[in-house]
Amino acid sequence: MATISLRVNGQLHTLEVDPATPLLFVLADELGLRGPKFGCGMAQCGACTVIVRGEAVRSCVMPVSAVGKDEVTTLEGLGTLEKPHPIQQAFIDEGAAQCGFCLSGVVLTAKAVLDEKPDASDQEIRDALGGVLCRCFTHTRMFLAIRKYADAKRKA
Amino acid sequence: MSVSRRDFLKLSGALIVSFSAESMAGPLAFAQGPFDTHASHIDPTKLDSWIAVDAGGKVTAYTGKCDFGQGMFTAQTQLVAEELCVPISRVKLIQCDTSVAPDQGTTSGSQSSPTNFNSGNLGQAAATAREALVAMAAKRFKEQADQLTVTDGVITGKTGKTVTYAELIGSHRFDIPLSATAKRRSQAQWTVLGKPIPSLDRPALMTGQFEFVHNVRVPGMLHGRVVRPPDVGGTVASVDESSVRQIPGFVKVVVRKDFVGVVAEKQSQAVQAARQLQVKWNKGTGLPPQSTFYESLRKLPSRDVLVVDSKDVEQKLAAASTVVRATYVYPYQMHGSVGTSCAVADVKPDHATVWSATQSVYPTRSIVAKLLELPLESVRVIYVRGSGCYGLNGADAVSFDAALMSHAVGRPVRVQLAREDEMAWENFGAAAVIDQRAAIDKGAIIAWDCENWETSRGGRTGYDRPGNVITGVLTGFEPVTVTPRAAEEPKGKLRNNNNAVPSYIAGCIDGKCDGGGTVRSERVLFHTVPSPFFTGPLRSPSRIQSTFAHESFMDELSARAKADPVAFRLQHLSEERIVNVVKAAADASKWEKRTSPKANIARTGVVSGRGIACVAYEGDNGYSALIAEVEVDLASGRVLPKKFVVAVDCGPVSNPDGVRNQSEGGILQGMSRALGEIVTWDDRRVTSTDWGSYNSLYLGFDMPTVEVILMNPTGVPATGAGETAITVVPAAIGNAIFDATGVRLREVPFTAERVRGALLAQRT
Repeated sequence: MATISLRVNGQLHTLEVDPATPLLFVLADELGLRGPKFGCGMAQCGACTVIVRGEAVRSCVMPVSAVGKDEVTTLEGLGTLEKPHPIQQAFIDEGAAQCGFCLSGVVLTAKAVLDEKPDASDQEIRDALGGVLCRCFTHTRMFLAIRKYADAKRKA
Repeated sequence: MSVSRRDFLKLSGALIVSFSAESMAGPLAFAQGPFDTHASHIDPTKLDSWIAVDAGGKVTAYTGKCDFGQGMFTAQTQLVAEELCVPISRVKLIQCDTSVAPDQGTTSGSQSSPTNFNSGNLGQAAATAREALVAMAAKRFKEQADQLTVTDGVITGKTGKTVTYAELIGSHRFDIPLSATAKRRSQAQWTVLGKPIPSLDRPALMTGQFEFVHNVRVPGMLHGRVVRPPDVGGTVASVDESSVRQIPGFVKVVVRKDFVGVVAEKQSQAVQAARQLQVKWNKGTGLPPQSTFYESLRKLPSRDVLVVDSKDVEQKLAAASTVVRATYVYPYQMHGSVGTSCAVADVKPDHATVWSATQSVYPTRSIVAKLLELPLESVRVIYVRGSGCYGLNGADAVSFDAALMSHAVGRPVRVQLAREDEMAWENFGAAAVIDQRAAIDKGAIIAWDCENWETSRGGRTGYDRPGNVITGVLTGFEPVTVTPRAAEEPKGKLRNNNNAVPSYIAGCIDGKCDGGGTVRSERVLFHTVPSPFFTGPLRSPSRIQSTFAHESFMDELSARAKADPVAFRLQHLSEERIVNVVKAAADASKWEKRTSPKANIARTGVVSGRGIACVAYEGDNGYSALIAEVEVDLASGRVLPKKFVVAVDCGPVSNPDGVRNQSEGGILQGMSRALGEIVTWDDRRVTSTDWGSYNSLYLGFDMPTVEVILMNPTGVPATGAGETAITVVPAAIGNAIFDATGVRLREVPFTAERVRGALLAQRT
């Protein structure tokens, strides 16, 4: 066990944890966050995605000690129920979910690629989402939502 | 603290409600209830079991049909709002909790809309409540009930007097039975139903606030993981607890016969303990080779159903000038929910609470009680949504896992399965082999014979078969297996037998014809054969397998008759609603009338084609026709669907956005299953146990466009809608590949390798 400082969604937490603990378990169990979820534990599906250093990373295979001083952003860190982030609003508007379990992977991976490259083409967005799974197959609506967000962001 | 069902209303929104054994009446427990269920302590014939109005005018409704993401929460909320004439915002729906909701069995089989939206149950309860309230107001106003109007929970009399629901009933019981004659609001009157109300869970889902069962946290909760056998049929020889005792936070190794689990303070510790635990396993039962598996099904002892037999099929086939034969193969496929299954159980010495994503809270309660040897009435199962439910995934098994582990340690335990435990042991969608034979004469089908061998082991546990899922077998219960039985002569009304019946046969038994088609020389024989793996309902169970065979074969017959596949279907269909969806899909896709395959197909590069498939789901529980347009890369064999047009008739549409979402998702899920999904195994165990070995189409796949046409007929009952679209996908894609290439694929999935092999074979 070690004392670790972890900055998540703008808040600094001090935790007593085994530094090898996957970041996901710290977020879900120690901090009670609902966004990142365990899907496979092998970085194959994206359900556990969070943003660190501007990149979408798989928190199920990232030891909490690897985060360091960087900020971790989870799905609930983007916006709130009352004031969703524009990408979340686009997903709400398009009804781009069925069970919704996969959303951390879809929303955060899309946001990260568009932050990095606001004029990303459809193919570039697809490439970025190449390792994200949605087993309800809400793919069409999800892409519409992402496209809508990207277009609005570029105009803004 | 004892909380009655009425108090529960006041605590609305609280996840953990203290347990009340007094509220449950034991003696009713095993009587037969409606919905093919057991009677529960909540009597579905009483209005108060379904609807309560509190002092603020808020309506609480209780349902036994739950939302997995298919939109039933929103649609049922609309239903209650519509029938009670209140805004949606004033309705709180409580779903699937054995303490407060009636037993409606399992949320499955495209039965939620027929059950709750037609002539009984939730919809009828809301209408009963409205009529009762209007009658109370009429009495108060001394006016005729039929002269009163209701808007937003306010009843207005002819003379302008008003009274609210809250003033009439607020927090009191109705104490009346459900009325079978309470008048339902007609489709023409609908103001809430039939509208594309955005799914109510969206904002919480998109902002990471939604509580899944994976997010349930109970004070003092520990974490468990299971340790499953390495082999199918493997049993425990010995378990060495000392191999994990030094892991920090380790609590206990739980062993019950062949069930092994580990419990620890933290999730990562449980994961580590599950990996590290030394278990000596006895060898399993061994598995038959996959390469010859499907053909071997025909030789197995079987339970047979002769669905229909006109007794003249052999004679017609022998005499016909053109006889077409084909065999179709459908593999085992899995639910493969994106999150592994999870449940939380809190087992105390005299009662237990389980938070579960099961489709069947009451049957799950019954099994938990059996496993823990607790009285039925002291177990409570609360439904909390899990990850994508397309049928019997691991949600039930993991609920039993959690109950066993919590029982062993005396504290609440959360169990989430490892990916490989989920994928190796879930109840797969069944593998099937289907033989088709038909005779064509003068451009028409004159005889059709279909014989189907479908695998089965276990399935839903129901109220008393724990052995139908892995945890039950490991703890010593037997699964339901196939008892060989010869077929009896068909009698009575035609049984659709989960779409074992092709749409094109007349289905005549004792002179009465209930089939959807015109072919009167007919035989359908269905064999259920034993499976080495657990099987269970997976979105469109049996229906997708049979429909793949029927609709591919119909396409082969069209080609042999040199007929247009749409026209040839219409020529052999008599059921109006399936005819209508076929026509609607053909019109919308601008179907070009011609035979398949296309003329002058290129020998290199990328070719394209179109295919159609249609179904009357279960004969009369929804209708769909799908036209698929695909490209095939002749060099690699890669199939790329470009466009789908589907027409869906599910009766009156409760929520068009919900049905569209289900249809779009169903089609793309069907496409993934048609193109790549197959359970694989070696001589000992399942080998497709992660996303590297089980091929689901990722979000990176260039998805086709999907156009959904909702028929939305009036004056007919609501049918299922969640499985109608997916049922036709493999056949429509296969038919489009044939149109594009001239190559017929008779085995799912149509992997690039398989398509390429078929293309090469065609040329030699």
